[in-house]
Amino acid sequence: MSDKRYDYVIVGNSTAAVAAVESLRTQDMEGTLAVISREPQAAYCAPLITYVLAGKIPEEQLAYRPADFYERMKVETLLGAEVTELRPEAHEVVLADGTTIGYGKLLLATGGTPIVPPLPGVDLAGVYTFTRYEDMCRVREYLEHRQVNEAVVVGGGMIGVKTAEALVKLGIKTTIVELLDRVLAQALDEKGSVAARRALADGGVRVVTSTGATGLGGSEVGVVGVQLDSGETLPAQLVIMAIGVRPNTTLAQAAGCAVKRGVIVNDHMQTSLPDVYAAGDVAEGYDVLLGESRPVAIWPSAYLQGQVAGANMAGSDTAYEGSVAMNSIQICGLPTISVGLTNAAPGDEVLESTSANGRDYRRIVIRDGKIVGAIFVGDIDRAGIITGLIRDAIDVSDFKHKLIGRDLGMLSLPKDYRLHQVMGPGIEV
Amino acid sequence: MKRIYAKEEHCIGCRLCEIYCILEHSGHQTLVKAFADEENRPEPACRVEEDGALSFALQCRHCEDAPCVAACIAGAMTRDPATGVVSHDKDKCVGCWSCVMMCPFGGIHIDIEKGKVVSKCDLCGGEDAPACVAHCPNEALIYE
Repeated sequence: MSDKRYDYVIVGNSTAAVAAVESLRTQDMEGTLAVISREPQAAYCAPLITYVLAGKIPEEQLAYRPADFYERMKVETLLGAEVTELRPEAHEVVLADGTTIGYGKLLLATGGTPIVPPLPGVDLAGVYTFTRYEDMCRVREYLEHRQVNEAVVVGGGMIGVKTAEALVKLGIKTTIVELLDRVLAQALDEKGSVAARRALADGGVRVVTSTGATGLGGSEVGVVGVQLDSGETLPAQLVIMAIGVRPNTTLAQAAGCAVKRGVIVNDHMQTSLPDVYAAGDVAEGYDVLLGESRPVAIWPSAYLQGQVAGANMAGSDTAYEGSVAMNSIQICGLPTISVGLTNAAPGDEVLESTSANGRDYRRIVIRDGKIVGAIFVGDIDRAGIITGLIRDAIDVSDFKHKLIGRDLGMLSLPKDYRLHQVMGPGIEV
Repeated sequence: MKRIYAKEEHCIGCRLCEIYCILEHSGHQTLVKAFADEENRPEPACRVEEDGALSFALQCRHCEDAPCVAACIAGAMTRDPATGVVSHDKDKCVGCWSCVMMCPFGGIHIDIEKGKVVSKCDLCGGEDAPACVAHCPNEALIYE
């Protein structure tokens, strides 16, 4: 017999968890619902910690939902409580203090864990990852106690780039060290990446590519430099490790749940364990364009998966449409959007346009008549129209050239598809 | 819920919908004052697209499964489950443009300098026909 029992238990309290609460409550306002999270604060917008560090927004603005959210949604919160074990047969989870919490349906929305490479010196003071609120607090406190003139960010992905931008705003000379030959390589093609690098340079961020960090040097006060495989050592009193995030599958794995890179789920977000669901960065979503399941650790997918999981936990029969990898990131004032497969494979058709001043760049990758990838740099207006065409797998052969210009709009689309879109389901014309 | 629908075969491209959208959200009573107050003049949430004789006006569709709400990393885009209205909170917006990436209609208008979404249809808040519909001279916009 568990110490407490709820009809629904959600482990985790970020995007997928909140979406699950919201969709679950549209179906069932009565069932008891608990959210358990290791982090003590209410749901917050994790990507905004770089904005808070840079002083661009006040800390209060991190809140993802209004203060009365849990009360309104009739959620009992167990925040600051870590789930250490999942017992699928007993239908209960165990907290670090030994308390057992029974569930009718369980959602694992435990997110991702930043990867910390096993480099010598990685445990030195002044070396952090930067994905959670507590990371930001630690970095902020560290900056109060130690004079930091130079910082190194290891990894030139989304988190690395946004963190470097924030550090520069604080007056810290910051260098991004990227192992690949360009920044944001997962999201952007070569031209987009060059534009991003230029924006970073204009914003005061130094970038070193095709270079790995081999170790960290330290003194009694903490880290003092990063050794590179080029032989060079970059002085740094602060180092951010931003090489990536992997699904936090520990709990699921120990319970005997089927796991590959992430927790394996079906299109109803059900795991291999009865009454256990998974959503968000911890889960392997079906990637529509690649035709395979893999963790697509992006915000919109986490939300949509959480929504599907919540609805199904409450008894509805909803299928997840699948993920399309996409990112929108503004780099030192330069907006960039990338959707789908942006690096063309042999046989793909590529349409590109660049504005006269060279600032705005658009790229569309077409495979078998359908758009599979798109990049917008600078002028991103109405980029979502292309996202819609990718999602709906529309054959664009007859109007593709209308999609690359700056006058992209609903008028660029054929009449029947446009009317279907604009008039909405049920009002077919 | 009631939504605004555009009838492109009726639209004459007069753009009065844009103008009355501006007036409605300007805080002024008259067009003259709304347009004289350039500094505070809002951007229209309703936009006419035009290509030769073909034109129509489009604004946020207030989708039931609004992709912009799913995508918003700042909690600025929300949908009221009771009314179905999708709202944007300018104070919470950080200008990440995830909504622009997701909106399949291009219905969200941004100002990169200001770092904010600057206009998105709010259905004029009430039960009555929104300003764009009420002032369309050719019934090319309907609210039902």
